[in-house]
Amino acid sequence: MPTAKLSRAMLFGAFLSLLFISAALLSFVWTPYSVETLDIANKLQKPSAAHWFGTDHFGRDIFSMIMVGARTSIAVALVAVGIGMLLGVPLGLAAAAKRGGLLDEMIMRGNDLVFAFPPLVIAIMITATFGPSATNAIIAIGVFNIPVFARMTRGAAISLWTRDYVLSARVSGKGAARISLEHILPNVANLLIVQGSIQFSVGIIAEAALSYVGLGAQPPIPSWGRMLAESQTMISFAPHLTVFPGMAILLTVLGLNLVGDGLRDYLDPKLRRSKT
Amino acid sequence: MLRYTLKRLLSLILSLLVASLVIFAAIEVVPGDPAQYMLGINAQEDTLNALREQLGLNQSVVSRYFSWVAGMVQGDFGVSYTYRTPVRDMVAERLWISLPLALYALALAILVAFPAGILAARKRGSFLDSTVMGVTQLGVAIPNFWFAMLMVLLFAVSLRWFSAGGFPGWDNGFWLAMKALTLPAIALSLQQASILTRVMRSSLLDTLSEDFVRTARAKGLSTGQALWRHALRNAMIPVLTIIGMQFSFLIAGGIVIENVFFLPGLGRLIFQSISQRDLIVVESVVMILVFAVIMVNFAVDLAYAFVDPRLRRRT
Repeated sequence: MPTAKLSRAMLFGAFLSLLFISAALLSFVWTPYSVETLDIANKLQKPSAAHWFGTDHFGRDIFSMIMVGARTSIAVALVAVGIGMLLGVPLGLAAAAKRGGLLDEMIMRGNDLVFAFPPLVIAIMITATFGPSATNAIIAIGVFNIPVFARMTRGAAISLWTRDYVLSARVSGKGAARISLEHILPNVANLLIVQGSIQFSVGIIAEAALSYVGLGAQPPIPSWGRMLAESQTMISFAPHLTVFPGMAILLTVLGLNLVGDGLRDYLDPKLRRSKT
Repeated sequence: MLRYTLKRLLSLILSLLVASLVIFAAIEVVPGDPAQYMLGINAQEDTLNALREQLGLNQSVVSRYFSWVAGMVQGDFGVSYTYRTPVRDMVAERLWISLPLALYALALAILVAFPAGILAARKRGSFLDSTVMGVTQLGVAIPNFWFAMLMVLLFAVSLRWFSAGGFPGWDNGFWLAMKALTLPAIALSLQQASILTRVMRSSLLDTLSEDFVRTARAKGLSTGQALWRHALRNAMIPVLTIIGMQFSFLIAGGIVIENVFFLPGLGRLIFQSISQRDLIVVESVVMILVFAVIMVNFAVDLAYAFVDPRLRRRT
């Protein structure tokens, strides 16, 4: 694939991602209308100059709700990526340092086990115990991210352990933990950034799905998934309630995926050939 | 192969045991008393005690865990706190919707992804390849439940080709039931078909650049012949892995899609049970979902070793 074309795709992705991140940040200080004020007289308005994306069944401005909803989506996905990285990367580094040993085997089998619990199932278990909330969504997606980062880190780190500079560090008497921190981690950082952007977009979709089935953010916190759930019974006479929040999810995820793909190619040209 | 299979089998049993422990521990720490929930806040203490006794809630946590696992091994999942019917019957009834839905979606994903991936790889760099890659990029980014809602809007509300939801049951005719599952299966398969197409394409491109394919071409085989006779089988390894992983996502993803189409499958059952605090049902359905995922991964591991003999020796 030509590099120039790819860069354009990545730039487009970066534009989309920044657009939604900016909308989320801007919503802290300004939205066209308040999302907490009900205006029943103006309920279910079609898109117009006054309400760009129309209004919902309570007369709330859909555009403003999408801006505030972006906060929830981005915050949940970002913290979930953070949990996955903070726990997954050290596990992956430890497994690679003790490759072939008991610790490695335990970490990898533990990973397999967590992989058997899709985020939705984890969220169901947490909700059955503690009730639904955005925090539960964060934990569910975050837990699912741990083995993703652990596997990726381990895979990349194992090949680094055979490199000359690591061997010389070992000869100079550095321990496994220090080598992992000083020599291995900086060299897997690129991969972590790429995987981070991919998991970020996975997190946005997962958060929306969890909120859609009622296991994520609860009212009054606006969320794209719940906006879609609420629109479902009105889809035949107010399709704009369904179209706009869905487009917001689609464009954000598309943007992040394009950025992820572009970063992967930029940071690791070897992967360009096998791009999926 | 036997040693490999036995090793994998042992790991499978261990995974199932640990998973059952995790599920039981996670759901049993739940606050609230199912007996109190079933009988209401005005229930007498002796009535509550009798019910707790009947449901086995007075036993210790350890003995409850063992009787739950022992029951499951024999196909007995306990009795629903809410409906007082065996959980096994409730699950079996719902499974006849959720499982065909997942299989239908998987079949659709494979049917679309294989030809699309192969074509894109054969015509690499062409307009067709770019179109396939663009469409799959969109397919990965579209939330499946939103896509499902848009399909309801188009095919059920506007065109009236399909019903907007519900399930007529298998007793009312196979094709009628399949028709009710068609939109949900398409929605469920969209993302998986996109991912599978991309994996198929990239795996084939990798294989096509290998020496053995070049040798086959040098011996006079056309690109098409080299692809069908040599490259495809070798390109299947990553594709198989992804198919295995996808089946788990399809089973879990089905829970969300069932919600869009009001299908009375496992997803609806689990949400109903959560709201009624019917924990024995939640526990059992979660265990079945996780069991399905672990079993599929086990099957993929075996299939993997069958396709690539080097793996049998390595582990």
